[in-house]
Amino acid sequence: MAGSFISRGFRGRRREDPAVAGRVPPGQYVTPDFPVLSAGPTPHTSPREWDFTLNGAVDPVRRWTWEEFRALPRDTVTVDIHCVTKWSKLDTVWEGVSLDTLFAGIEPRGAFVTAFCDGGYTTNLPLRDVLDGQAWIAFAYGEEPLAAEHGGPARLLVPHLYFWKSAKWVRGLTVTERDRPGFWESLGYHDYGDPWREQRYQGD
Amino acid sequence: MAGTAVPGRLAWQLASVAAKRQETPRVISLRLESDAWAGHLPGQHVDVRLTAEDGYQAQRSYSISSAPEPGVLELTVEDIPDGEVSPYLTEVLQPADRLELRGPIGGYFTWTAADGGPLLLVAGGSGVAPLMSMLRERAAAGSDVPTTLLYSSRSWDEIIYREELERLAADPTLRIVHTLTRSHPADWAGYTRRIDAAMLAEVAGALLPGSLAYVCGPTRLVEQVATDLVTRGYPPAAIKTERFGPTGG
Amino acid sequence: MAEHERDTRLDGNAAAGLLSTVFRCEPSEVMLICAGCGADGPMGALLAYGMEMGAVLRCPVCDTAVLRAGSAGAMLWLDVRGAVSMRVTIEH
Repeated sequence: MAGSFISRGFRGRRREDPAVAGRVPPGQYVTPDFPVLSAGPTPHTSPREWDFTLNGAVDPVRRWTWEEFRALPRDTVTVDIHCVTKWSKLDTVWEGVSLDTLFAGIEPRGAFVTAFCDGGYTTNLPLRDVLDGQAWIAFAYGEEPLAAEHGGPARLLVPHLYFWKSAKWVRGLTVTERDRPGFWESLGYHDYGDPWREQRYQGD
Repeated sequence: MAGTAVPGRLAWQLASVAAKRQETPRVISLRLESDAWAGHLPGQHVDVRLTAEDGYQAQRSYSISSAPEPGVLELTVEDIPDGEVSPYLTEVLQPADRLELRGPIGGYFTWTAADGGPLLLVAGGSGVAPLMSMLRERAAAGSDVPTTLLYSSRSWDEIIYREELERLAADPTLRIVHTLTRSHPADWAGYTRRIDAAMLAEVAGALLPGSLAYVCGPTRLVEQVATDLVTRGYPPAAIKTERFGPTGG
Repeated sequence: MAEHERDTRLDGNAAAGLLSTVFRCEPSEVMLICAGCGADGPMGALLAYGMEMGAVLRCPVCDTAVLRAGSAGAMLWLDVRGAVSMRVTIEH
């Protein structure tokens, strides 16, 4: 039966809007909402307890307190984001610190990073995908402090990959020599996750 | 069993829509028929899967609201604004259409007359659906288990199954208490606030041996009621919860 | 939890349909012992998160991810390292 039955008149949420056709990856639909997807309860980390660490195969290991982190140069970026659950949201405005700023003066000895987070979430990315103006540690969304349900006080923002890579409640990156599957990647989701190539699952 | 295919416990099956009933301005019930449907336990749900012509699929869970009956089941569906599956079920799907589902699912949030009581049912909005299956089962079985339904709705017009509940309440062992949280008729003498610990204390009365509680509705309501019931002395294992998620649309 | 936050958790019961692919018995009745704190209970009483991508079933006592499932297209992936054991009633 699977694969043969069609639900009469069902199209799904998808809207074909020619104005944004070239901006939406295959299989995605545009939503004005900002759905919340979490693998666990929402942590609430106070600025006093918060820090951000770059560790693993790096020299030297670096750590910033919230105050030190907020004193770093910041970017405001407007980007489209694409969730593997098929929604895309266009022209989202974020404020954050570029990973280029955080990696300045650090010698990485590995080609991959694992983002680690309050609550135990992890996700893996190639190091080159978080450098050269492609990734931020974002602390504001839509000119407001980032809400806890969306990853506040700070989340990773890597808009060119599926949004599960943009880890909420991020507390640091561990540089690794080998690619180590993170939380969803170890459950069948793609290690890279390029929405334009529909790399949703392992093997795509 | 060698050489014999073991059928999956749950296979997707096609049911046909026998009837569609408007319960409230935003809620409908669908009566579905399928020869392959063997009946269910009150409280169980089904997964519904919709497939577009290009293969795109969307799936949601819906509680069964009817009493157990082979070949027939009813689902109660609230139209979620900007939802994906519920607007299809409430607006597009019509009698004689077919719907793909698998179930019945869930052995945890279930009650049959043999489970006894006293029974406390607490519902918020469309969370009343699986509890209605229990009340219909209770009536069909002629059970006299002392039962209380505490049911929170936004307004009088949004009470799902209102007339049927009034009929069921003729049973002296069944008590139904409504609270209307947003608006209420001018002559409304009942509760007009969200369910809280004081209301539970007044409605649930003294905790008796064998008491069972079933709580279904939005996550916030379910968690507050479950916490309050534990405070009132209900053993945690006697409290069954079913959270209706925000992504239900 | 702040008032405006959306509650994304459901009951383990909500994952029973997904996990019926794996279990021949009713998934929500499978008994698990949490590897984090030793709590013992039915899968239906765990808390379910991340249902959009699979299921993350967490211990209601200590939040350990007792069972994790990924719905990866045609494949369902399972990680049960968060459970000391699972037990089911043998049908005779």
